Amino acid sequence: MKKLRVFLADYKKESILAPAFKLLEALFDLFVPLVVARVIDEGIPSGNRGLLFRQFGLLILLAVVGIVCSVTAQYFAARASVGFATKLRQALFDHIQKLSYKELDKLGTNTLITRMTSDVQQVQNGLNLALRLLLRSPFIVFGSMIMAFTIDVKAALVFVVAIPVLSVVVFAIMLVSIPLYRKVQAALDKVLGATRENLTGVRVIRAFCKEQEEVKDFDAKNEALTRMNEFVGRISALMNPATYLLINLATIILIRVGAVRVNLGDIQQGDVVALYNYMAQMIVELIKLASLIITIDKSIACAERISHIFEVEPGQSFPESTKGEAAGDPATAVAFQDVSFSYEGAREPSVDHVTFAAKQGETIGIIGGTGAGKSSLVNLIARCYDPQEGKITLFGRDIRDYSMEDLVNLVGVVPQKAVLFQGSIRDNLRWGDENAEDSALWDAIRTAQAEEVVKGKEGELDFQLEQNGRNLSGGQRQRLTIARALVKKPKILIMDDSASALDFATDAALRKAIRGLAGSMTVFLVSQRTASLMNADKILVLDDGKIAGMGTHAQLLQDCPLYQEIFYSQFPEKRPKEMAAGKEVLA
Amino acid sequence: MSAKDEIEMQGDRAGSGKTFRKVMQYIGRYRILLLLSVVLAAISAVLPLYAAILFGNAIDGILGKGQVDFATVTYYLSRILVLIVLTSACTFLMNLINNRMTYRVVQDIRGKAIRQIQVLPLKYLDAHSTGDIVSRIITDTDQLSDGLLLGFTQLFSGIVTIAATLFFMFSKDVLITVLVILLTPISFFVAKFIATHSYAMFQKQTKARGEQTALIEEMVGNEKVVRVFGYGPRASKQFSVINEKLKDASEKAVFYSSLTNPSTRFVNSLIYAVVVLVGAFRILAGGLTVGGLSALLTYCNQYTKPFNDISSVVTELQNALACASRIFALIEEAPQSADPDRELPKASGQVDIQDVFFSYTKEQHLIEHFQLHAEPGTRIAIVGPTGCGKTTLINLLMRFYDADSGDIRIDGTSIYDCSRTSLRKNFGMVLQDTWLHAGTIRENIAFGRPDASEEEIIEAAKAAHSWEFIRRMPEGLDTQVTDDSLSAGQKQLLCITRVMLVLPPMLILDEATSSIDTRTEILIQNAFDRMMQGRTSFVVAHRLSTIRNADVILVMRDGKIIEQGNHETLMAANGFYTKLYNSQFARAE
Repeated sequence: MKKLRVFLADYKKESILAPAFKLLEALFDLFVPLVVARVIDEGIPSGNRGLLFRQFGLLILLAVVGIVCSVTAQYFAARASVGFATKLRQALFDHIQKLSYKELDKLGTNTLITRMTSDVQQVQNGLNLALRLLLRSPFIVFGSMIMAFTIDVKAALVFVVAIPVLSVVVFAIMLVSIPLYRKVQAALDKVLGATRENLTGVRVIRAFCKEQEEVKDFDAKNEALTRMNEFVGRISALMNPATYLLINLATIILIRVGAVRVNLGDIQQGDVVALYNYMAQMIVELIKLASLIITIDKSIACAERISHIFEVEPGQSFPESTKGEAAGDPATAVAFQDVSFSYEGAREPSVDHVTFAAKQGETIGIIGGTGAGKSSLVNLIARCYDPQEGKITLFGRDIRDYSMEDLVNLVGVVPQKAVLFQGSIRDNLRWGDENAEDSALWDAIRTAQAEEVVKGKEGELDFQLEQNGRNLSGGQRQRLTIARALVKKPKILIMDDSASALDFATDAALRKAIRGLAGSMTVFLVSQRTASLMNADKILVLDDGKIAGMGTHAQLLQDCPLYQEIFYSQFPEKRPKEMAAGKEVLA
Repeated sequence: MSAKDEIEMQGDRAGSGKTFRKVMQYIGRYRILLLLSVVLAAISAVLPLYAAILFGNAIDGILGKGQVDFATVTYYLSRILVLIVLTSACTFLMNLINNRMTYRVVQDIRGKAIRQIQVLPLKYLDAHSTGDIVSRIITDTDQLSDGLLLGFTQLFSGIVTIAATLFFMFSKDVLITVLVILLTPISFFVAKFIATHSYAMFQKQTKARGEQTALIEEMVGNEKVVRVFGYGPRASKQFSVINEKLKDASEKAVFYSSLTNPSTRFVNSLIYAVVVLVGAFRILAGGLTVGGLSALLTYCNQYTKPFNDISSVVTELQNALACASRIFALIEEAPQSADPDRELPKASGQVDIQDVFFSYTKEQHLIEHFQLHAEPGTRIAIVGPTGCGKTTLINLLMRFYDADSGDIRIDGTSIYDCSRTSLRKNFGMVLQDTWLHAGTIRENIAFGRPDASEEEIIEAAKAAHSWEFIRRMPEGLDTQVTDDSLSAGQKQLLCITRVMLVLPPMLILDEATSSIDTRTEILIQNAFDRMMQGRTSFVVAHRLSTIRNADVILVMRDGKIIEQGNHETLMAANGFYTKLYNSQFARAE
């Protein structure tokens, strides 16, 4: 929470003025019963019309001053709360940009999006309300009591007893019901989840004839929700009648005491009316305060959730500028020395004691089954994660010695999921290089076999993509993400199963074009298709995070059983006759 | 009755009156509760108003020093005491009744809806998005009960409050009452004026917020891409431009909209002042007492509240009626045809498809004259390009959809002559869509056979090659299945395990291994082969290599079966199948 307070620092003036003006308004409100008392006690008995009109003028004046104060307060409160939320959002966004894959995995992007949008909005609403009302309500409650004291000390004692009793009742009911409302929400989430499950799984549920069980399961959740709701409802149902009863009891006593005091001549009839009015004003504010606290409590919960995100420190640090000399061979683009890596909370490593080297200009294929660690391995080359053991060097230099900027420029990544962003095709391709000329963009587009895609769009490079590039097909997106990585002319290019949506001819043409690129780009190709990797200089066969074989296609076909299995599973007709006969060996 | 008329007047769309009657009919057994709630609401509204009069009367007994009429004061105060105890009891009871009524109605409607989902034809469910149906069952139902039932009570109590207030005020002073009636509309005009003017600001705010949310979803949603391109600083810059824009719009929207309360309060203060002045003159003229003025002032403070309540309730009621008609549309949708009583016994697996016609829409004919005879143990593969309707056949076999004409017979019995349950129990189905039940891995594997023993579960998992990864999960079989905890391939393995445990006489595999690597796929294929020994199977696959040894291959295109035969005969025919097959291997060289 403290972490969030700094965002209000620039709005110190506003956050003091807003409640201050609100208090002024409340103060003027408190004078109204006094004026009315004066009308009753002095104006009416004397029949002094001038006095009556003066009091009427005074009431109008109080109303005018009241609205001026309150509008001023609203203005400052709006400025402070909106300004605070703006700064908070920016800081949160900037903070998220610094997080590494590890923290992103842990927090989940959906959570981050919720924090940035609805949670910040809730905090803004809470702050706005708090600035306006949090001080006002207690002020009126206690102000009424003090004004009562100015009228008559003995009668005011009724207030002294009534306020704490009422507060205890109101806040006790709230304290009990707020945590219960959270349980209601949890119960509702369960009903919602069950409903969704019944719809998304309708075929499976019917296929397994589980309709009755699903209904039973739903009923249990549904009834639990109702029970919870009714339980909480019973408690909050007490709120209105209890406060009504108490406040009117207090009023009865007040009038009774007032009657005695008037009879003794200590106060007048108008004073009783004023006391009665203060009592009414007080209860209205007390109820407002209660509902205000519920809103603020929700905002505080949101603020705490946001603050947790700020507490997450970026798990990786990069040197300001690339440091040190290349200790190893600068012609070796990538070298892994006994590298092991496991995801947080995982029992088994995803990359297990891997050692290999890729020379500059080589094409390295990576193949293996589902969950064999292919993506994990290439992610390590881009330093998306840091391995727990071993050492990775790029061009002879420890990967941790590269500055973020240099590393990003060195390694181009085409991720598995082809994501593009809202904006023109040009904007998207310039992710790789902010200042790239159109000619450079076209070069990349041609290499990525995306020329016909871009040429086919109205405005070509200026063609506007929608959010997530959803106005393109999967294959079109994939080619553009390849072009995007090529624009920055990386020395190391990683294609993580990035051609899966391309047909075979395009895939082949793409590989040929990349091979033909001038310079000495080192390419890592991750794929499940042996056909895509057959021409690689070296193929790494992964199994359970370990290297099960390394070499060219021909070598592996000779001596790597796992590679053979994969290859023949895709090209059964190539299987030598004696192996085909022994098919059961696999099972 | 006036309340009902009002609702019908307001819900000017045709049919909303009908919907309302339907709601009334639906809540049947809660009708007495609703009636009670309305009566209690009226009592809770009128009694406090009357209390204000009594307080005024009590104050009138307090004239001055030595002039206090204690008998009168005590008389009125004791009556007030009875009144407030009664009011509190009524309000409490009303709250309890409202709770019970609304929550139970919601529970009933949801229970009914979930039962309806089990019997709705898939045609309906496929045509409606999950989000749409979920929001009907969850949000609309809540709205219906809150808006319609509570709204009804509130509307009634609001009308009673206004009527009673006017009655009491007229009884005290006609002139002041007329003044209040004439002046009050000003506050509505002011509120309306502010609302119209802040609307434009809200529109701007909504637009800016929409832009910002889109950017957040894109950038934060794809933070990993942002990270590997080092795009973070640029994204921050982009964000700050939109953020400032939102700030400008929000500041105005928040400020202008927050003017409503102070402004209406101001108007009310003015009216209050007028009542004080006029009241004082009326007292001087002898037409009013001090206690009467006190009561009038209390009323004048409260008078506008029921109007505001009613106007918001009316909007809510209209909304609730719209929600009600959406949820009723779901509940009243015609269910699938009734199930015949006959049970299909455990089949041997002979399948006969006789001259079946089927189409999803009348305009587009899909399956025509479909014939197939399969002896027990036949492996039938269905191939074709994406979207050719391979899944349609499965929909027909499982009776997710009914054929338009023709018949499907299993062991000689028409599937339309036996219950769906008994038909489906004969099939094991694995789909490309890897749906898992919320729960543990164990619960999911035992989905079809909750009584399976630990050994049987592990054995099935081993056969389906899922045991490898289950073993490594933090809590093994008891690991909770969540969206993130399993990869697509692992989920698919669990779906296969689920079927392995049941061992039904016939098997349907719709792209069942699409997310699994080819090597594991072969291992599973072998397990399937063993499992399918003597059982009939239908396999849809896009990898042609996996279906080469099927007994019958159906080649589908544009929803029609264009070729039928085994691999050798189809290749020899040199038709579409040959083309498909060769295109897949064209890249090999």
